[in-house]
Amino acid sequence: MSTPQLFFAYFAVMMTGLSLMVVTRKNPVHSVLYMLILFAHIAALYLFLNAEFLAAIQIIIYAGAILVLFLFVIMMLNLRKEETEKRFQKQWPLGIGIGVVLAVFLIMIVGKIAVIAPLGPYSIDAVRSDGHIMTVGKVLYSEFLLPFEIASLILLVAVVGAVVLAKRKIE
Amino acid sequence: MVPLSWYILLSAVMFSIGVFGFLSRRNLILIFLSLELMLNSVNISLVAFSHYLQSMRGQILVFFIITVAAAEAAIGLAILIAFYRNNPTIKVDEINLMKG
Repeated sequence: MSTPQLFFAYFAVMMTGLSLMVVTRKNPVHSVLYMLILFAHIAALYLFLNAEFLAAIQIIIYAGAILVLFLFVIMMLNLRKEETEKRFQKQWPLGIGIGVVLAVFLIMIVGKIAVIAPLGPYSIDAVRSDGHIMTVGKVLYSEFLLPFEIASLILLVAVVGAVVLAKRKIE
Repeated sequence: MVPLSWYILLSAVMFSIGVFGFLSRRNLILIFLSLELMLNSVNISLVAFSHYLQSMRGQILVFFIITVAAAEAAIGLAILIAFYRNNPTIKVDEINLMKG
């Protein structure tokens, strides 16, 4: 195997193992910390795919904001008692069954994938000459301007909704 | 050069693990974490396709998915706190107020 393939193999093994650790740990804080390592690996994989801006976003938003939100909620709720009880629902064999069937199904499909779409204009050299952030920005603010505005609306709704839902009493 | 199918395989395996966690865990916080895991696995496949097709659209889509995931986590955890205040449990098999 060449060096990039070895690099990818390390990331694939680590990410699969870390995902398994996330869904099987008993203590939610441990799950969140495994998720943090997983997000660092995903960001490195984005760097490997020449998406520097997304790697930064992955660290800043996922690891810096969303996981901290999860940790805050775990700290606010008193979960000492829950850690001693069993971690899976009683239908967990069905969960494993559905997961395995889905994985086998998807893996069988992947063997049949043949990408024959024409290549776009953003080759590695084209992106490198402008810089990745500028390339993303040009596409985002021209072709995807309306979805960008709608995303801002979604964030506004989330802010207002979170405050209203978590407030104790609304006058 | 790493073939595209390797990325898709990794994404499929991570997505299946996320589905398993979503269906099997009792703790509502872990269910939200499994949801984030599934969204991330989809992001990996989108970025891989974007790289191999030399197109920017996949990466823009990932940008929007991250936005929606942040909003979803905030709203979901707010609902969780509001629920916990009335009924101090976050185990999904004990949340059966509407069960008739």
